[in-house]
Amino acid sequence: MSTAVAQKRGLGAAIWDYLTTVDHKKIAHLYLYAGGLFFLIGGLEAMIIRIQLMKPDNNFISAGLYNEMITMHGTTMIFLAAMPLIFALMNAVVPLQIGARDVAFPFLNSLGFWLFLFGGLMLNVSWFTGGAPDAGWTNYAPLSTTSPGHGVDYYVMGLQISGAGTLIGGINFLVTIVNMRAPGMTYMRMPLFTWSVFVTSTLILFAFPALTVGLFLMMFDRMFGSAFFDVGLGGNAIIWEHLFWIFGHPEVYILILPLFGAFSDIFSTFSKKRLFGYSAMVFATVLIGFLGFMVWAHHMFTVGMGPIANSIFAVATMAIAVPTGIKIFNWLFTMWGGQIKMTAAMLWSVAFIPSFTIGGMTGVMLAAAAADYQYHDTYFVVGHFHYVIVGGVVFGIFAALHYWWPKMFGIKLNEKLGKLAFWPFFVGFHLTFFIQHFLGLMGMPRRYWVFLEGQGLETGNMISTVGAFFMAIGTLIFVYNVIYSAKKEKKADGDAWGTGRTLEWAIPSPPPHYNFVQTPLVRGLDPLWVEKMDGKEGMTPAEPLGDIHMPNASFLPFMMSLGTFIAGFGFIYQVDNKAWLIAVFAGMGILLGSMLVRSVKDDLGHHIHKEEIEEDIKKGVAK
Amino acid sequence: MSHEDVLNPTKLPHDPEKATLEGKNKFLAFWFFLGGETVLFASLFGTYLALNGSTQGENTPEHLFGLELVFIMTMLLLTSSLTSVYAMYHMKNHDFGKMQKWLGITVALGFAFLGFEIYEFYHYIHEYGFTFRSSAFGSAFYTLVGFHGGHVLFGLSWIVTLMIRNQKRGLNLYNAPKFYIASLYWHFIDVVWVFIFTVVYLMGKVG
Repeated sequence: MSTAVAQKRGLGAAIWDYLTTVDHKKIAHLYLYAGGLFFLIGGLEAMIIRIQLMKPDNNFISAGLYNEMITMHGTTMIFLAAMPLIFALMNAVVPLQIGARDVAFPFLNSLGFWLFLFGGLMLNVSWFTGGAPDAGWTNYAPLSTTSPGHGVDYYVMGLQISGAGTLIGGINFLVTIVNMRAPGMTYMRMPLFTWSVFVTSTLILFAFPALTVGLFLMMFDRMFGSAFFDVGLGGNAIIWEHLFWIFGHPEVYILILPLFGAFSDIFSTFSKKRLFGYSAMVFATVLIGFLGFMVWAHHMFTVGMGPIANSIFAVATMAIAVPTGIKIFNWLFTMWGGQIKMTAAMLWSVAFIPSFTIGGMTGVMLAAAAADYQYHDTYFVVGHFHYVIVGGVVFGIFAALHYWWPKMFGIKLNEKLGKLAFWPFFVGFHLTFFIQHFLGLMGMPRRYWVFLEGQGLETGNMISTVGAFFMAIGTLIFVYNVIYSAKKEKKADGDAWGTGRTLEWAIPSPPPHYNFVQTPLVRGLDPLWVEKMDGKEGMTPAEPLGDIHMPNASFLPFMMSLGTFIAGFGFIYQVDNKAWLIAVFAGMGILLGSMLVRSVKDDLGHHIHKEEIEEDIKKGVAK
Repeated sequence: MSHEDVLNPTKLPHDPEKATLEGKNKFLAFWFFLGGETVLFASLFGTYLALNGSTQGENTPEHLFGLELVFIMTMLLLTSSLTSVYAMYHMKNHDFGKMQKWLGITVALGFAFLGFEIYEFYHYIHEYGFTFRSSAFGSAFYTLVGFHGGHVLFGLSWIVTLMIRNQKRGLNLYNAPKFYIASLYWHFIDVVWVFIFTVVYLMGKVG
């Protein structure tokens, strides 16, 4: 059932449709709405931090609230904004790029989203129940194990729930990409975005369980009296740091790799050229993914692991600059000699290259273990990781949203407003974070609530705050653009940019819910471009027109996630009052009961009949 | 493939668990999932090894563990892995009755293992006062072995559910992948136990 049909039947039906949907395109919308909302919340928290640091000895917010702000800003932006926005892109694009009708496990896809959403809600409920987490997004023990109140408990339960959702999503995309590719779509013909999602999903699969275990240990220590991080009983606080970064370092590649893929697709589309060095790009992506697991301890140079361990991790970290450099040059060479069209998507992508390269350069500086003793826990580090995460991930999300918006919603975002949003954000970004490197080198530590007068930190902090306001203006223009375009822009073509090369541009915008009327036959890299060069309209089908098998909608994913949400509160508050154990049992009962129903009830999906599809083709909504 | 072909196939293929796209997807996804589970247990083993000596001077591994009990438990679980192989052998020969019988034996052995484990924990707590909270070693021991025990319990509930659900209708292309991945899970649990036996009990007793 399409969204338009649902809306005709009333708002209730539309909501029910979204609560039960297993369609990857609608799940992409859900991820986008939720991730976008959390991005705005995280941005608001960032603004509050910058206002507090606008002038020396400022008293805009209290020290305790400041700790909550920095913790929630980091946690929200990483787990509740960047991850779901990336999942929105993955869901919207990957099945289309490989010529599939849905992901391998549509039910699990929906479950992954609802787990993420309930985990995110759980984290943010803490603002209203006596205080948010306040031990930093890294949540180091023993600061976290001794933090009073329930803030850190919310961190533990919220991330555990949303982390489970992410892991499920990762496995789903791995299987989708291995098993669901259209005939002829060999691995070395996959678009770079699909390739990067494939590598990213592998990273998710092997990185997230370490976080799961870390969070379990933290949960046991805080809620059930165990002694993992309690030095008094023989515990060891460094275990948390290792587990956190064994997850946390691959996590930064989980964030950036899909956007590397998106940039590759955008550069080649708007340069009207095939990607320069396709196989080198694939190799570099895989190599970055592999090395990403070997470098976690570079976050811990000052812990005291000794010179040998520090040296090994320093060298491994520097090695990552090589495949990343390959990518940067290949993007430049893709544009070289191309017929470049400077769309908003392209503008964000071009701006990404120098911005991210600066972040990569400071990354190599930080990788020098001896020098890191000087940089550690200063604003230099804050400047570095915002250059890679904002300059890479956020620029990438904006670029990718402009690029794929017509495919997701059937209309383009307004180009003029898109460029108008870009400039204040781009200028504001460099104003905010470039100066922070120098603040760090001058000795300003990160996470401090106030700084003192007369130490030469005033001007730098003021510039940084002004820059943050520019970024906020850019973001608001983008949000306005979304609303404006929904009302004013006209329907986009299937090949919305005219120079589409990959399969998603071979079908209407937005696609019918079964995506492809007939599974396409892939005859080379950039399959649509291959057909265009042969003078053909659209793809050659690989199967005759016939009935299409599709999965059934289900309310169970929502129920299962709700169960974990209820149980989460039970776990947090049973420390105060054992009566809360009822919530644990009720929540787990809902979860396990729903799993039982799912197991015993047959769900074979349904067929869309040939006649209906022919009807859609006549109406022009399918091709 | 129509629903009728999936639920009531006229002739089952040799690998009924991989005959449909859904079956192939499940098969592959479950291997990936076990890869993730491997990292989960690796993290738990790492934590255990880091806290191995943190006993606060009492209830050391040499003092606590009795290899006789652990030997019986190991035999029970290893045998149950073998019987689940027999069950899958009969599944591939389309003999549903024999598959159910061998799965029944698997489940019985699994429950016996779980019973011994509960006895073991009870014994440590009541005879030695060795608990989850008494030292970092206690926390690490109960968490690692308890996570494994939790997996055993989940696996048993899963296999029993499948057996009851499909008792009347027999094997088809829809439930064959379910049986198959449940047996994969069971093997994985068995492999983890081999490591627990080595790292926790053997190294604790003689290492």
